[in-house]
Amino acid sequence: MDIFYDFGRYCQLLYQAIRSSTEVKTYYKNFVSEMIKTGYDSLPIVMLAGAFTGAVLTIQTSYQLVSPVIPKSTIGAIVVQSIVIELAAVISGLVLAGRVGARIATELGTMRVSEQIDAIESMGFNSISFLVVPRVLASFVMFPVLYIAAASCGIGGGALAGVISGQLPAAEFLKGGREYFLAWDVVFGLTKAVVFGFVITSISCFKGYYATGGAEGVGKATTNAAVLSCIYILLSDLLLAAILL
Amino acid sequence: MIEIKNLKKSFGNNLVWENVNLTIPDGQTLAIIGKSGCGKSVLMKHINALLTPDSGTVTVDGKNVHELSYVDLRILRQRFGFLFQGAALFDSISAFENVAFPLRYFTKWPEEKIQRRVMECLEMVNLENIGDKGTAELSGGMRKRVGLARAIVLEPDYLMYDEPTSGLDPETSDEINDLIIHMSDNLNITSIVVTHDMHSVLRISDYAAFLDEQKLSWYGTIDEMRVAKHERLKSFTKASEYQID
Ligand SMILES: Nc1ncnc2c1ncn2[C@@H]1O[C@H](COP(=O)(O)OP(=O)(O)OP(=O)(O)O)[C@@H](O)[C@H]1O
Ligand SMILES: [Mg+2]
Repeated sequence: MDIFYDFGRYCQLLYQAIRSSTEVKTYYKNFVSEMIKTGYDSLPIVMLAGAFTGAVLTIQTSYQLVSPVIPKSTIGAIVVQSIVIELAAVISGLVLAGRVGARIATELGTMRVSEQIDAIESMGFNSISFLVVPRVLASFVMFPVLYIAAASCGIGGGALAGVISGQLPAAEFLKGGREYFLAWDVVFGLTKAVVFGFVITSISCFKGYYATGGAEGVGKATTNAAVLSCIYILLSDLLLAAILL
Repeated sequence: MIEIKNLKKSFGNNLVWENVNLTIPDGQTLAIIGKSGCGKSVLMKHINALLTPDSGTVTVDGKNVHELSYVDLRILRQRFGFLFQGAALFDSISAFENVAFPLRYFTKWPEEKIQRRVMECLEMVNLENIGDKGTAELSGGMRKRVGLARAIVLEPDYLMYDEPTSGLDPETSDEINDLIIHMSDNLNITSIVVTHDMHSVLRISDYAAFLDEQKLSWYGTIDEMRVAKHERLKSFTKASEYQID
């Protein structure tokens, strides 16, 4: 029962967020600062995650592809495509569930239990438009950017690992990558990024906005937000693959 | 005028109070008294519809606040100033900006006029030197007073104070009481004050409401309270170091 109750409230929150998204004046300032906090501040960790994923993938793929009849550039093709379609979006999504999701749930949860949300409402503001809308909207803008950063670093990291491990020169790696490159794959990856951004921010806003019970409640909301975000990222990843591929 | 009729509120199975009937004429001050946990703050949050009752009505100027559309409710809320028990300052902005906050969104005033009004309100609560201090650097009593400055900054028609003088030294308490009297006498503001300080009750209010045994146990003017034969009210007020007469 609890799960249906929660889902109902979650949908209600989203409905109210959509309805109040016309109040640009209320959330404009927060939207800008959220883009910085969600996007710019997350760039280093996302780039790091991307680069290491690309490097590991290259080393492991070349370890698996030992046949002399397969050209070395195939390594580049496999790595680039895996990163663009799946890994850049999912790895950065999981990292951001912790980084962005936990921050949002803590912020909103603290505001809830210290009556700051009541204070916003009591002044005559729409607290959802003030707090939830800018966070979700900022993710629509910034998650694709983060995805592109992660993918670029992943490809760069892969090429570098190929060179350092002596498997193949960078030019060969990139040639393989280009050979099988489809623009559609990028569209697919970007779609995933937007969906994951929505999943993370909407779930974390929901958990934080309805937090109860002091510091302990905020801690619980934060943990739940991060865990649920991860689960729903994986689920929506599967769903998107089934629908779009 | 604020009218409360047959109000009842419970959280789950826990009844807070029922049968609450109150009238607060314009320009008058009502004190809500009662033991800790008797539901004073909860009652206050019903008046601007931050909480919804199980049954009963709250009408402000003839309008049932719980039946207003959200847009109308927000317009009504802008006529209320609310000092929360824990001050509920926004911790992401400075103390000064907390007070300026409603002005920035609800007026089109130029910056210097906003600054002037904020300084005026901070002077009223004896905090003119607060400068750009963050809210985390403030003492409990200072937070209270910043919250008070924020509540009065838009010159509301109604003011609700949840324990305005708790945690303040006697001298500052007296100054805050003077401010509350000034607001209601000179600006004809209708006020509701939750307080544990009988000295304040006698000084500032015209009416008193005593919440006890999960109901409105006693209600009347201050003069009536001085001679009331209500046993529990008498023992409650006697327990305060200030005698009624
Ligand atoms: N959001 C809530 N959810 C559940 N119970 C609540 C909630 N808010 C208040 N209560 C309960 O309602 C009762 C009244 O709380 P309230 O905060 O109004 O007390 P109070 O009279 O203001 O006390 P104090 O003088 O200590 O501030 C308490 O028993 C409290 O546990
Ligand atoms: Mg209280």
